[in-house]
Amino acid sequence: MSKQINVALIGNPNTGKTSVFNALSGLNQKVANYPGITVDKKEGVCKLSHVLKAHILDLPGTYSLNASSLDENIVIELLLNKNNKDFPDVAIIVSDVENFKRNLLLFTQIKDLEIPTILVINMADRMSAKGISLDIPYLEEALKTKIALVSARKNTGIAYLKTLISNYRELSLEPCLNASSIDPPYFDQLRSAFPNQQLYKLWLVITQDVNFGKINRQEMDVAVFKTKSKSDLKRLQQKETIKRYQFINNVLKQGQTIDISKAKDFRATLDRLTMHKFWGYAIFFVILLSIFQAIYDWSSTPMDYIDASFAQLSEWTKATLPSGVFTDLLADGIIAGVGGIVIFIPQIAFLFLFIAILEESGYMSRVVFLMDRVMRRFGLSGKSVIPLISGTACAIPAIMATRNIENWKERLITILVTPFITCSARLPVYLIIISLVIPQGRFLGLSYQALTLMLLYLIGFGMAILSAATLNRLLKFRSKSFFVVEMPSFKVPMFKNVAITVLEKTRTFVFEAGKIILAISVLIWILASNGPGDSFKNASSIVQQEHVDLDSDQVDQKIAAYKLEHSYIGLIGKSIEPLIRPLGYDWKIGIGLVTSFAAREVFVGTLATIYSVGGNNPDTLKQKMSAEKRADGSAVFSLASGISLLLFYAFAMQCMSTLAVVRRETNSWKWPIIQLFGMTFIAYVISLIAFQLIQ
Amino acid sequence: MSTIADLRLGQSATIIECSSEAIPFKLLEMGCLPGNRVKLLQVAPFLDPLYLNIDDAFVAIRRDTAALICIEIDPDE
Repeated sequence: MSKQINVALIGNPNTGKTSVFNALSGLNQKVANYPGITVDKKEGVCKLSHVLKAHILDLPGTYSLNASSLDENIVIELLLNKNNKDFPDVAIIVSDVENFKRNLLLFTQIKDLEIPTILVINMADRMSAKGISLDIPYLEEALKTKIALVSARKNTGIAYLKTLISNYRELSLEPCLNASSIDPPYFDQLRSAFPNQQLYKLWLVITQDVNFGKINRQEMDVAVFKTKSKSDLKRLQQKETIKRYQFINNVLKQGQTIDISKAKDFRATLDRLTMHKFWGYAIFFVILLSIFQAIYDWSSTPMDYIDASFAQLSEWTKATLPSGVFTDLLADGIIAGVGGIVIFIPQIAFLFLFIAILEESGYMSRVVFLMDRVMRRFGLSGKSVIPLISGTACAIPAIMATRNIENWKERLITILVTPFITCSARLPVYLIIISLVIPQGRFLGLSYQALTLMLLYLIGFGMAILSAATLNRLLKFRSKSFFVVEMPSFKVPMFKNVAITVLEKTRTFVFEAGKIILAISVLIWILASNGPGDSFKNASSIVQQEHVDLDSDQVDQKIAAYKLEHSYIGLIGKSIEPLIRPLGYDWKIGIGLVTSFAAREVFVGTLATIYSVGGNNPDTLKQKMSAEKRADGSAVFSLASGISLLLFYAFAMQCMSTLAVVRRETNSWKWPIIQLFGMTFIAYVISLIAFQLIQ
Repeated sequence: MSTIADLRLGQSATIIECSSEAIPFKLLEMGCLPGNRVKLLQVAPFLDPLYLNIDDAFVAIRRDTAALICIEIDPDE
């Protein structure tokens, strides 16, 4: 029987904590959510010997144990709760050579909780380039710990780290700082009020309220112990921080030497370039442009291949399996539905790839710096740039990326406007409608169709900015300007980290979105294949009586159309037709709109299902759509109705998953409901105006 | 009394006072504490935010926060 111990990886952001995690667990890792909140919980397993395994938890990056965000709070919740099943047997604090002093602040705090602690000094390969040398035996003694010099990039020191973890029982539990020294009389009171509790832990529980407020206080109730005001406690926290730095500076005076003459640094040069008032923006613009170009260019081939493969698979299923209800469901419902998700994989993966590279390299922080003033004019933060860029892939990860915006008003506005950004789910809708209604032809060498697509991206972005500015005026919150951005040094992104991020995020997207899309596809198929009353049941005899003069093929098509019209889904579409007729849509498009409220990309799948149910003609969806005629003989998809439809998709809130994430991130139904009705109202009005003007 | 917002590009100073009431605690933890050194490295377009080196940490903060941190600017050499 092998034994398993809990290991928690803790450290400041940008220390390469995740690289150490990846080096320890390799692909033996999974990402889940902490119960009730959308913070990623990364877990891995590392085999230390044939009798000992380590369960490794990669905790969110934090600068200290004084949480100011949901992510940071996770770390404290875990460390204060001995009954948590993940409570660490050993904590590994990851620091890096360049920011060693600042990293030690968190280290001394965790040491003071008397948890067995190992100190990892990462990026050890950069030491000589920075002219830094460390006296490890001295530091181990002064900090009362074991130190592993690691380079996750060069894969050195990992084996030694594993040995240290295996021998975790030999680690010293002695604290670094005597907590009482912060304010002796106050801590004496604390000790006599809670004689059985560890003092520093009590202090953390008491002060947690000051900055954050949500802590699980099952173990001890300190609410009754209020002898200090909030500002007194803040002052004491500052005093604690000063005391810790005094201790750290004393240790480093002897344990660390920095020879500046040996330091080689491109940082200053790169900073000047990437943050320049002209070149900085130019570089950012070129990077964005190349990303979009690459996403479209590189993903078109795999996407065509996926599209063709699923069409073949559907055909093959119909031809091979005995015909019947089950085969129809499989071929028209499930395979078509799954194909609609899989086709997104190339684009999503490329987008996540570029975002991961920008984040890993440290460039993203420079963009935040460049954009802050501009964004603030619209009530956003420099940090809103990351969600807005991620929003071009999918609003869900984008909204989760707003978490590091400290100012609540700026964060809320970012969350509310991000769904206006053209996400990849709108793309299939745009592409098919553009190809139907926008004429071929070129303007200055650019095709009208490509220009329309670009225009739609700009419209989405413009609307996001416009509504942010409006919300900024409407929302009356008093919130402090909070903006502290660490500028990490530039690094070449590590392939392993980027690859794992892309794999993980793409997988999550496919499975999360996939579940919904698949369910909707099946539901639509069922609703389209059944109907109430006699007119659906007796469709074939009714049609045959009416059209005795037609040949059997034409009769079959008439029957299919008649059945669809009288199916459940047809009834739903017809019932909303009066509402959408002024926008230029018929009831079939209406069905597409209804199902799109699950997820936009369902629109194309729905039309594919609607036009293929019962039909046997092998035309492509596009041919079928352009052949659709109104009662008066004009095309359903005309320039006017097409543009109206494009604008509707650009602005309407049609994504249940996004609403669910907004609900979780804002902790209220108010904001998703405002989003749903506000955005859809804007979409309706603008589409109405557009259709009536062009018509 | 001067504040970080008064620094000229490339100028260094010593932090005199920063109130834990007014400025984000995270900034204190990054080393924005009395006695520590601060240098203005770069200013973003439209003069905000400011890019600083505080006690060897590289941090960007907004001008209104910077205006709350009292400093003594080094005399010109």
